[in-house]
Amino acid sequence: MVDFSLWDILRNLLMAARWTVTLSLIAFIGGGIVGLLLLVLRLSGVRGSGRAVGAYVQLFQGTPLLMQLFLAYFGIALFGIKTSPWTAAAVALTLYTSAYLAEIWRGCVAAIPRGQWEAAQSLALSFYEQLRHVVLPQALRIAVPPTVGFLVQVIKGTALASVIGFVELTKAGSMISNATYQPFLVYACVALLYFALCFPVSLVAQSLERKLHGNRH
Amino acid sequence: MLVALDFSAVFSAWPLLVRGVAWTIALTLAGTVLGLLLGTACAWARARNLGPRVPPLRWAVAAYVELVRNTPFIVQLFFLFFGLPALGLKLSPEAASVLAMVVNLGAYSAEIIRAGIEATPRGQIEAAQSLALTPGQVFRRVVLPPALLKVWPAMVSQIIIVMLGSAVCGQISTPELSYAANLISSNTFRAFEAFIVATLVYLALSLLARRLLMWAGARFLVGR
Repeated sequence: MVDFSLWDILRNLLMAARWTVTLSLIAFIGGGIVGLLLLVLRLSGVRGSGRAVGAYVQLFQGTPLLMQLFLAYFGIALFGIKTSPWTAAAVALTLYTSAYLAEIWRGCVAAIPRGQWEAAQSLALSFYEQLRHVVLPQALRIAVPPTVGFLVQVIKGTALASVIGFVELTKAGSMISNATYQPFLVYACVALLYFALCFPVSLVAQSLERKLHGNRH
Repeated sequence: MLVALDFSAVFSAWPLLVRGVAWTIALTLAGTVLGLLLGTACAWARARNLGPRVPPLRWAVAAYVELVRNTPFIVQLFFLFFGLPALGLKLSPEAASVLAMVVNLGAYSAEIIRAGIEATPRGQIEAAQSLALTPGQVFRRVVLPPALLKVWPAMVSQIIIVMLGSAVCGQISTPELSYAANLISSNTFRAFEAFIVATLVYLALSLLARRLLMWAGARFLVGR
């Protein structure tokens, strides 16, 4: 039997943590792009678009992320496309993130006074010009803190990808704990690594929030 | 590319689904009640405008809150279920699930309730003190009810997040809804159908829970 030192455990967990970071970034960036498209669609006033995007958001916010992962994993395979835990996790987390970001950003756009839209309209700007030059730049300012805060949610969400067999930090933790028979130590290390990833992001989000509110009052 | 879905196998396993739903509701109820109690206690310990002026207690609570809020629920669950037996504390899957949900909701609700407590106008606390209420009475009868009412919508969202998070508890073989879906999928090989049904049931549960909790909040928190 091979003995595992604390360093062996930590080193292997750190290697796996790279995949947690990669998956988080893919979901966050992909989700940001899809979320922005959803936001524009919702604001465009196309008939039924508001309802459709609302239903999409409700669907992802009202069901467990774990079920979404399973559905992506088995659903993509159903169409005869060979799927890996990696693609299923990336797809599910991207869609999940997009729903939340679309909703967060909708709130930020709603916080922009109507007069801004009307003023832009009276300058004969088209809908996309109003959005691009007047509304979104202002909405962006208030959108940054909650968006950064949501990144923590995404990082924690990637832990569920372990359940469909994607080897990231949590899955690596299970495997190492099965090999070393030291679940207490291993899961404590896993938790601390997540904390090391998430806590700085939380702090940044908090300080951004405070800065924003400091400006306003 | 014709996809043939067959739900009959899933629906014929309805007793499993019903048992799963019952477990999900039971876990959520236990987790919510105990979690809110823990959260209230932690919120009181951390509130800047009242509570004990005991720095070590505040630091301990702050550490607990930040540690839980910055780690995934599944890791917390695995730590409690697989890790604690090493310390001689062996929990059943169900007990570990409830404990993890309580610990999780306790940390989140502590921050939510604290925001409500700190929004209490000073004058209200002073008025209550001038009526010779004890600190305990001031907190329970004057500060807490309006604080809870103020933050109730955020609380409802958090309770629903915890309910949806309980899907992970099936991974340690707690027989809740997602576990039932897993079981049906491996019995019938109708994985997609089983998870579609379970997902829609979760959606219905979360819509229902939101209505029920919002109604209950308006009914019981104002009624005092």
